[in-house]
Amino acid sequence: MKKLSARRRHPLAAVVVLLFALAVTGGLYAAFAPAGKAQADETAQSLAIEEGKKLYAVGCASCHGTGGQGSSDGPSLVGVGSAAVDFQVSTGRMPAQQPGAQVPKKRNIYSQAQIDQLAAYIASLGAGPITPTEKQYDPAGADIAAGGELFRNNCAQCHNFTGEGGALTNGKYAPNLEGVEPKHIYEAMLTGPQNMPSFPDSTMPEKQKKDIIAYLQNVNGEKSVSPGGLKLGGLGPVSEGLFGWIFGLGALIAVAVWVAAHTAVWVAAHTAKAKKS
Amino acid sequence: MSTATTTERKAPRGERVADWADGRLGIYSLAKANMRKIFPDHWSFMLGEICLYSFIIIILTGVYLTLFFHPSMNEVVYHGSYVPMQGVQMSEAFASTLDISFDVRGGLLIRQIHHWSALIFVAAMVVHMMRVFFTGAFRKPREVNWIFGFLLLVLGMFTGFTGYSLPDDLLSGTGVRFMEGAILSVPIVGTYLSFFLFGGEFPGGDFVARFYSIHILLLPGIMLGLLVAHLILVFYHKHTQFAGPGKTNNNVVGMPLLPVYMAKAGGFFFLVFGVIAAIAALASINPIWALGPYRPDHVSTGAQPDWYMGMPEGLIRAMPGWEINLWGHTLVLGVFIPLLLFPLVLGAIAVWPFIESWVTGDKREHHILDRPRNVPTRTAFGVAWIAEYIVLLIGGGNDMFAQYFHLSINSITWFVRIGFFVVPVLAFIVTKRICLGLQRRDHDKVLHGRETGIIKRLPHGEFIEVHEPLPQGKLHTLTSHEQYKPIELGPTVDENGVERKVTRGEKLRAKLSKGLYAEGNQIPKPTAEEYKEIQSGHGHH
Amino acid sequence: MSSQDIPEDKHLPSEQGDAHHGAVAVADDPFADPGLPVHKPRIQDIDERAAKRSERTVAMLFTLSMLATVGFIASYVSIPVDKIIYVFPIGKVSALNFALGLTLGVALFCIGAGAVHWARTLMSDVEVADDRHEIAAPADVKAKVMQDFADGANESGIARRPLIRNTMLGALALVPLSGVMLLRDLGPLPEKKLRKTVWSKGKLIINQNTMEPLRPEDVLVGSLTFAMPEGLEEDQHDFQVQIAKAALMLVRIKPEDIKDKQELEWSHEGIVAYSKICTHVGCPISLYEQQTHHVLCPCHQSTFDLSDGARVIFGPAGHALPQLRIGVNDEGFLEALGDFEEPVGPAFWERG
Repeated sequence: MKKLSARRRHPLAAVVVLLFALAVTGGLYAAFAPAGKAQADETAQSLAIEEGKKLYAVGCASCHGTGGQGSSDGPSLVGVGSAAVDFQVSTGRMPAQQPGAQVPKKRNIYSQAQIDQLAAYIASLGAGPITPTEKQYDPAGADIAAGGELFRNNCAQCHNFTGEGGALTNGKYAPNLEGVEPKHIYEAMLTGPQNMPSFPDSTMPEKQKKDIIAYLQNVNGEKSVSPGGLKLGGLGPVSEGLFGWIFGLGALIAVAVWVAAHTAVWVAAHTAKAKKS
Repeated sequence: MSTATTTERKAPRGERVADWADGRLGIYSLAKANMRKIFPDHWSFMLGEICLYSFIIIILTGVYLTLFFHPSMNEVVYHGSYVPMQGVQMSEAFASTLDISFDVRGGLLIRQIHHWSALIFVAAMVVHMMRVFFTGAFRKPREVNWIFGFLLLVLGMFTGFTGYSLPDDLLSGTGVRFMEGAILSVPIVGTYLSFFLFGGEFPGGDFVARFYSIHILLLPGIMLGLLVAHLILVFYHKHTQFAGPGKTNNNVVGMPLLPVYMAKAGGFFFLVFGVIAAIAALASINPIWALGPYRPDHVSTGAQPDWYMGMPEGLIRAMPGWEINLWGHTLVLGVFIPLLLFPLVLGAIAVWPFIESWVTGDKREHHILDRPRNVPTRTAFGVAWIAEYIVLLIGGGNDMFAQYFHLSINSITWFVRIGFFVVPVLAFIVTKRICLGLQRRDHDKVLHGRETGIIKRLPHGEFIEVHEPLPQGKLHTLTSHEQYKPIELGPTVDENGVERKVTRGEKLRAKLSKGLYAEGNQIPKPTAEEYKEIQSGHGHH
Repeated sequence: MSSQDIPEDKHLPSEQGDAHHGAVAVADDPFADPGLPVHKPRIQDIDERAAKRSERTVAMLFTLSMLATVGFIASYVSIPVDKIIYVFPIGKVSALNFALGLTLGVALFCIGAGAVHWARTLMSDVEVADDRHEIAAPADVKAKVMQDFADGANESGIARRPLIRNTMLGALALVPLSGVMLLRDLGPLPEKKLRKTVWSKGKLIINQNTMEPLRPEDVLVGSLTFAMPEGLEEDQHDFQVQIAKAALMLVRIKPEDIKDKQELEWSHEGIVAYSKICTHVGCPISLYEQQTHHVLCPCHQSTFDLSDGARVIFGPAGHALPQLRIGVNDEGFLEALGDFEEPVGPAFWERG
């Protein structure tokens, strides 16, 4: 106890208390923050056995209406096509968990067979973009440079130069495209999910979509390289500035402290310690 | 022939070289004054050195880059080794930057060292400036040097901006487009200025070459001159020092230039260069190959300037879109007001020393630094300025903050709009309170000694904490600061009944003086009498 | 400043640091300056073995630097410029950049660390005081300078011969004008250049992806298409200047959702064509949200409502995006029905 009270005067005491307070706050937040994941898993359990329309009736009808005509909670699905269903469900966006500025990507709870059944049902409501085949979206042999130009013209304004994502109005955002499957990128361009505009084949032919996918895989995928070193999120000057301040100037100031420190002081402390022992 | 040479011993070779130089340059007299010049040791005195060394690194690496860079906007088709750009049409400037990055061995490293040092250079200048500000090192006789330093900061920002624009990539081109829009907003002459700067309509084919000469010649040339003057003045004035035993306004305590300071400062250059080289090896900066060549109809989200231009970026993002159309002319206030606010916000910190010296009317030289707490109003102003700067930086990166903290861009923008007015005021008040609290603590420490944390129980059961009296050196340090008294305007009628005219300037000065030094704006430091009285009634506390 | 009436020195504290505290003063004043503290020796000052250790450390650092430089040269000649390696946890990086940067960093850092360690442990660390002298010159020096100046000025006769002085000042004031004059040819005059784009009646609207003219049926509801005028070629010398004004974005909005009457009139079956250049400072604005019909500018977050005449609903832009009037020609292609009716891009003084 005596030790503790002596140490509370230590210059670092305030820092320790602050760190402790931060840790407690963070812990409390983690403990009480809404945990939505478990719920989704549960729904998955109950939905797994349904199929086609039955799947729809259970998972989708409450928002999109019993016949896909839409309601105040969700848009009409007539004519959205099977590609849209495949994209929304297999990226886990649908069924949505809660209303908000934007429905986020999450773990998919349907099997591909179930998704196909759902997609077939929605496609039967009205013609729309059809789920692409691998031949359509496979980027092998596509023109990366052309894809880059197309990407900068059509996509970078929302998704950033290399598809790192970006903010939109009022809390909406364009997601990061790292690790998104070629099929889903293709479907997103084809159907325009949520607030994303579509880039139909009439204005952006299949080959160009492939080029874009190839470009993305090259700059923001498993194979992509960052010759200069740490990518710093690929966000440009804001993260570079933060890095420069914290690690650049921070390191230099630490060095300056070492250069300017008086050696006699710590040597005196050391010899005192040595004497004691 | 002089007879003296024959009788003299044969001098060693080094000495003979020095003699030769002395006969022509007078180096011995120069060395006599400077070789054992004293420099005080404190880490914060080395911030300026970080600036100096990063500037030197920038020049060294910049010269290397000019050997490979083509400052031309001629369109070419790229056929270099970076696959995702092959066959893309781009300017020669962009293509040669790609070549530096991918085909010149070590070119990427030098580019990254150049850019990282630039970011660190400006950051170090800001921190150095704030060190000088908070310790009052700008006071007489150093006001001129303060201005030189401030000019270096401003020029550094613009040199950085022009350099960042040279590769003609999509990100920097967007920044240049912003600059064009800002120039267009200037009433009456804006359109002409823009046409003259860009050689016609934006983007034209000239700006890279023009920015190049500004970036590598004009601005760095001026900066080099200012920098030399800045250093000469540092030498001439001798360095300031913190209060402490043996340190007075009439001396400077430290270690001599030769050898200690030379080894430390010279060594520090290599340390700075080494750290920046390592950063350039580990972290990517401005990967222009990922950004693509500039086209006025292409853009990417997260369009940002380098950090030092984040402050004006914040101003422009937070500004409401005011536009006045009258008599066939447009006054673009939404852009022009931020353009005016930019130098005003920046300059607010630069004029403070002159306001302060006017208010105090102090004409003496000051070589002992203030502890920030002992000048609460100045410190509070400095913190308020930093707070304002940070609010604007947040505004300048509002899209990044929105994306990474899952907030709405619109809310952040509103925060900046309100925070622009509110946050500095809050920062001012809070800082002042903290300073006064710290002054009280010093006051108590001087009078009652250091709290040891040892609890003692007295015979009658009372618990007391043992206070240990401070050593005299510490007492001196904590009481050696000066305290001004606020100016009184005095009676407006003199003894003969003649009314004295009090000018508006005097009234303002008295008011400011009160704000700075009146009771409640500083804690009177303990007097020797108080101290003796308490110490004589010892054992009580 | 006219402050003679204010007693200047009353509020100034008495001159501090008189520097001549004798021992008597110390006894009297508990806060007096005790003078420089006694120098505390370092371990290297007392123990020769420690000093030797420091010496070895310094020499080792310098040697390390030499080795690193050798490493730098070896890396330079042996590593191919395009070699990529994976370095944990940084990622896939250029091997050459990584090797050169680290060896250079170590080579430099070790020189610095060696020098500083040497200074800190082996060079004398006795603090010494040096006197300062007032910067301002003493009165006699000042008097001499003033006299010299007066003599010089007198000898020149500048005060007695105002004609010379005035003409000289005039000449010096005028001569920089030549320099200003020379800047005139930096660029052409603006004239009406900012008011016109290459769009004109009958120009087809070219899809920038396919470089083919667009048909109305190509543009679906919810889609976003970027376009430029027929006849503008990428390799044309003024392409950048022209596209900076002519860039166009096309979206199709259900006619019943279009709130602005003129917008509907200038559209074709709900296809509206707006300038892609932000009216704030000219960024290509194109962050189109297809459900809200808002477009956001990525540079300064101006937000426009494309279903309502592209009026500004948030941010620093001062006026709506200009709309291009479009129609369909005999062959079924979309075409412009004229140029933009107002200047595109950022506002300027003569815009009106």
